[in-house]
Amino acid sequence: MDSNILFSLFAGAILLFAILTVTTRKVLRAAVYLLFVLVSTAGLYFMLNYNFLAAVQLTVYAGGIVVLMIFSILLTSHISEKARMATLKEGVFSALTVVAGALLTIVLIINHKFVATTEPAISTDVQNVGRQLISYGENGYALPFEVISVLLLAAMIGSIIVARKESLASNVKSTDNQE
Amino acid sequence: MTGNIPLEYFLVLSTLMFFTGIFGFLTRRNLITMLMSIELILNAVNINFVAFNHYLYPNQLQGHFFTLIIIAVAAAEAAVAIAIIINIYRSFKSIEVDKVNQMKN
Repeated sequence: MDSNILFSLFAGAILLFAILTVTTRKVLRAAVYLLFVLVSTAGLYFMLNYNFLAAVQLTVYAGGIVVLMIFSILLTSHISEKARMATLKEGVFSALTVVAGALLTIVLIINHKFVATTEPAISTDVQNVGRQLISYGENGYALPFEVISVLLLAAMIGSIIVARKESLASNVKSTDNQE
Repeated sequence: MTGNIPLEYFLVLSTLMFFTGIFGFLTRRNLITMLMSIELILNAVNINFVAFNHYLYPNQLQGHFFTLIIIAVAAAEAAVAIAIIINIYRSFKSIEVDKVNQMKN
């Protein structure tokens, strides 16, 4: 298929579902529209030949984060419940701000001349990506990889502690009372 | 496969997506939908990084790895945010931002 058609298909889907995500009043539907946005973005990555990145986008974003959000929506609100939006005045002013910002950015982008490097391109297949991710020499990304691993561990422990039913303080109090 | 698509198309797409996320963040009053708007913003930034890497600096993979790291940070952020939201729901029985107005109850 022509890549122009493919790009306009993905871009149209992204924009349509992004606008639906922020304007629909049903929270669960907003989560499903967000899923469509993320899957279309993965399609764009496949178009650009970043296969590993597209796979990560599908598994982590579409498979992990959206499912987590749907769980939390079901825990905290009823399915039929309608989300309350901002007042009309707030909505109009937000829309004006957003349109002004978008226009400014688009004008800047169109007027700017981007200069590409002339060096030869390197391969973006999974083998090359994996080798660079764990190499510590030139063009190696071992340190960010390790840092992000520690961050994920910290976030995991932190969210378990935060979401626990009884807080640490009440535990301490109850043991004090027993003594 | 992307020989005839200019870089500007990707940049304009990600700009529009970014400001859609900003609009959602400004108008939503529900904590989970505000989190969704943040995910939209992060995703728009990812598209930008990938497009710059592919069109301007194809001799390195910096944009690729930056995007990977943003995805990991977004996952960690979503996990912690949802833990906090569930905790807020337990104490306030609501996740609307303007009902959550006390530090201690």
